[in-house]
Amino acid sequence: MRQSIAQVIAQAIVWRHMGAIDVEGLERRYKSGLQAVAGIDLQVAPGEVYGFLGPNGAGKTTTVRMLVTLLLPTGGRATVAGFDVATQPSEVRKRIGVALQEAALDQLMTGLELMELQATLHGIKTREVASRSLDLITRVGLLEAKDRRVGTYSGGMKRRLDLAMALIHRPEVLFLDEPTTGLDPVSRITLWGEIRRLRDEGTTVFLTTQYLEEADQLADRVGIISAGLLVAEGTPAALKAEVGLPHLDISLTTDADLTLARSVISPFGELRPPPDGVELSLAVREGPESIAPVVRALDDAGLQVAALELVEPTLDDVFVEKTGRHLEGQDTSESATDEPAQVS
Amino acid sequence: MTIVATMALARRALRNALRRPQFLAPLVIFPTFFLAVNVGGLSRSTNLPGFPQVHGFLDFQLAGAITQSLLLGGVSAGIAVALEIELGFFDRLVASPIPRISIVFGRLAAAAVIGAGQAVYFLILGLLFGAEVRSGIPGVIVVLAISMLAATGFGAAGVALGLWARNASIVQGVFPLAFVILFVSSAFFPRALLEQPAQGIARYNPLSYIADGMRHPIISDFAWTPALEGLLAAAAVTAMFVGLCVVALRGRLRNA
Repeated sequence: MRQSIAQVIAQAIVWRHMGAIDVEGLERRYKSGLQAVAGIDLQVAPGEVYGFLGPNGAGKTTTVRMLVTLLLPTGGRATVAGFDVATQPSEVRKRIGVALQEAALDQLMTGLELMELQATLHGIKTREVASRSLDLITRVGLLEAKDRRVGTYSGGMKRRLDLAMALIHRPEVLFLDEPTTGLDPVSRITLWGEIRRLRDEGTTVFLTTQYLEEADQLADRVGIISAGLLVAEGTPAALKAEVGLPHLDISLTTDADLTLARSVISPFGELRPPPDGVELSLAVREGPESIAPVVRALDDAGLQVAALELVEPTLDDVFVEKTGRHLEGQDTSESATDEPAQVS
Repeated sequence: MTIVATMALARRALRNALRRPQFLAPLVIFPTFFLAVNVGGLSRSTNLPGFPQVHGFLDFQLAGAITQSLLLGGVSAGIAVALEIELGFFDRLVASPIPRISIVFGRLAAAAVIGAGQAVYFLILGLLFGAEVRSGIPGVIVVLAISMLAATGFGAAGVALGLWARNASIVQGVFPLAFVILFVSSAFFPRALLEQPAQGIARYNPLSYIADGMRHPIISDFAWTPALEGLLAAAAVTAMFVGLCVVALRGRLRNA
């Protein structure tokens, strides 16, 4: 669908007064019948960092692929930077930066060559291509490696290059699909610093992640997706406050009777699914004051506590509250392997 | 934007081809061995009744070797596209604000340049081993023009297959089929001396006209008819497979 320049300019002005991303009832059903995204509504304001949180196979990547015009929605609608992803994909592409999962980079090219190619493909003037590429490659700390082939880069370097490439045309909205998955802690923190810097500069960032801490650290607001549906949305603080209660994670000595232990501690709070490596988890209203009575009750029942920790509410608690499952390290029943190969 | 993006992507494809010698070398090494075996073992074929007047069997075989090499180039272009899809780089290109057909055209422009390089290689090899281009510079120009056009067409066939299959192994699996089609053409032997049904198939096989179009200026004085037939056959192959590329690209984007 061709539009006049005036229409495009008018639309670009209008989007300043609406969300950077507006999604209504977005759906994607594959030919296999799999409903990867089952009707999502969300809005991201200009300049906001929106964390899209969910386990593998929940529909995060499918949602991002629709928003960046790589996949057509099968239902609902979405606009990015004021343009419809289904009917005005070219306008959307001009205004977004995309760093997809797995940093899809050409291993045979050097970092600088890739930056320059990306700049050219985004229509940056020839005289600006070299300087802008160098600026960004310096900014992400790859100046010394700029003439090395990307195949020799570490995972962290590839992610930083991917981010730099996504920024080459100064996009209005930046999509980062699991930007730190598989990275070592140092690389992860370096990348977080760069995302914070972008937030401070006012770039709208749509960040998908399966790491709670990442969403907690970086996002102004978080949306939690499970089995293709948005099950919770809000600021990290508001979501955690909604869950409210701290909980006690308890491990007992090896031969302890867990059924007995559950019945002993249940009067002190609400039993919840324990995280990995822990046998019992109890939501407690009183916080630290509940530790002594719980330990005493277990002791009276002849059950010995091996370890005990009072945990304040996290986004994982929000996830458990909303879905009955933990987020990290677990797939949903809608396994990633059920999806077509190109949707990872 | 289409031209700028096409040129940028063509430069990238060429640079990558040079950086991946394991993909580039077989395009000429295999046909060179085939040429050596054919010339070494079948050179007395020129004495057969009906065989055209040639300076030597090597002169006759050069066009077949070039055609074979160009077909391999098409398979190689298809593998490159399939690898791009497998590794996710294709998505990066699709997410860029460029006309998506530039992705295909960039790859085909590179295939055309590589095709010219393949033709030059075999012409120099032939000259080094005693062959000659009877029609001189105009003949060389015809060989290069047909080579580039045919390389574009074979490249388009490979790219269409790569877009459809999205898997480099499947594209590679087509390699023997390309050779079956080549052997039922007049690329390696005069059409008149082929047995039926090969002779009948060769008559309608565009590879016959592509090979003959390049062969004629090598073994004879310049003539327009075989040159134009060769160019026309290469153009027809190109048009057909570029059309298939467009269909495959649309399908790929629709079902991504």
